[in-house]
Amino acid sequence: MAGTICNLQCTHCFISCSPANHSHGMMSLADVLPFLAEARALGVKEYYLTGGEPFLNPELPDILEAALAQGPACVLTNGLLIREETARRLRALSDSSEYSLDVRVSLDGIDAHGNDAIRGEGTFERALAAIRTLAEAGLNPVVTLTQACEGAGTQAGRARLLAFLRGAGLRQPRLKVMPLLRLGAEAVRTRGYEGTESLEGLSLTEADADALQCSSCRLVSTGGVYVCPILLDFPDARMGSTLAAALRPFELRYRACHTCHVEGLTCRT
Amino acid sequence: MPDLSSEAAEAIPRGGVVDLGAFRRVALLGGVYSNHLALAEALRAARRREVDAVVALGDFGAFGPHPDRTLEILRSERVLAIQGNYEESLASDATDCHCGYTDPRDNHYAQISYDYTRERTATEHKRWMATLPLRMRLAVGGRRVLLCHGSPRRINEFLWHSTTPEPFIRKLLRDHDADVVACTHTGLHWQRWVEPGRGIVNVGVLGRPANDGHTNVWFAVLSAADGGIEAHFVPVEYDHERLAREMEVERLPAEFTETIRTGWWTTCLEVLPAKERASGRY
Repeated sequence: MAGTICNLQCTHCFISCSPANHSHGMMSLADVLPFLAEARALGVKEYYLTGGEPFLNPELPDILEAALAQGPACVLTNGLLIREETARRLRALSDSSEYSLDVRVSLDGIDAHGNDAIRGEGTFERALAAIRTLAEAGLNPVVTLTQACEGAGTQAGRARLLAFLRGAGLRQPRLKVMPLLRLGAEAVRTRGYEGTESLEGLSLTEADADALQCSSCRLVSTGGVYVCPILLDFPDARMGSTLAAALRPFELRYRACHTCHVEGLTCRT
Repeated sequence: MPDLSSEAAEAIPRGGVVDLGAFRRVALLGGVYSNHLALAEALRAARRREVDAVVALGDFGAFGPHPDRTLEILRSERVLAIQGNYEESLASDATDCHCGYTDPRDNHYAQISYDYTRERTATEHKRWMATLPLRMRLAVGGRRVLLCHGSPRRINEFLWHSTTPEPFIRKLLRDHDADVVACTHTGLHWQRWVEPGRGIVNVGVLGRPANDGHTNVWFAVLSAADGGIEAHFVPVEYDHERLAREMEVERLPAEFTETIRTGWWTTCLEVLPAKERASGRY
């Protein structure tokens, strides 16, 4: 919904979103509606609204409403722009749909020290405020972490995170942990992909291939229809200008495909 | 009544779709999860409703105690059956249930259930599970009904009410040449009709209550109705305290017996969509 435009510049962002990155632009409601109509005819099961930062898009609530009229939806945000009024509007959208609305708020630690080093000065307090505001509005945000977050990969760490979120007012705290993709800014923060991290020359079993996000999902941006959000920077990952033109299988020749397979990465909540 | 027993269906190769023919009324049982007490009550309730056939949609084991007790009832009562992910896993001696959870805590409890069930399920019952088809077809009120475990396209796909939208239902019905899909796997019963006589019925489960603070469990009855087909959900009261005590003797987790006694789910929660999660206690 917001392309690559973001109000943050996280050091682990795999598509290097930033205030200045306009390689994929803001989608208007008018841009989105034909794709929603196409998705409806194709029988699409669920919708994910992402960016960049989706709440930078002034038409986001209308887009969300249109998506929720035909299926469950999830919006992925850094939380910085979620104020009481936004949360109330989201709650109203959720209540008026027969389908589930999930709001995913990104966080990378249980304190400012760990989080702000990755996401930027002051972002911990602002994301936490968004989580509280959403909880007060009666929504239950899914807190999304990456493996860069200390403790995200261990049982004890998860227990700490859940306790922390209960303390922040979430009655039923929910977490989603994302693996790191060694692309974009993350390739600079830690490292890029190395020698054996590739699926080239491997043949996946049918079940493994079906488990990949790209077996059942496509990404729509102002640039067209792409195989997935991860490969947005790669011109070859553009599959067409309509969903119907982009349904063919995708050759798993990118190194990030290795992460999806090995880590079981899915955009699903 | 024709011979509709699972034994009669054994000649059909696994993976094939058994066509059972046309009926006036059928009872569809979702995951039993070794709740042999609820299963016995559900079969009595189905008989009272004068159904022409009873079909169990898989996941006979898990969660509850003494898996063979459930299997003995299903087989002695000649209940028709398809495989769920549990039967697929047990029949192939897999080391986990392939329930489809992604959260570590969900998977921890799922593994406890599976290890317990796998160890205590007789080899002969596992062989029987291997003979069961993955899907069955039948007709009720002139409507073509496809029976499956999770979804017609994947044995462990979760079809929840708030995340199974109308356009997707139309696609499933189109792709699988059916008017109605009946499934289970999620543990919660619901129905959504995209037009009269066309839709999805998730029959719920007999294995644990529906995360609503009530101890009863549910199954579904499909009946011929004016101009087509209709679904009713049947609540089943059973001696849940006796089941909880059996589970305690078997040293199954206290979280499981809490669910049986209170009607609120305590485990395998992370897979719930936002709306379904919000209506539960945990």
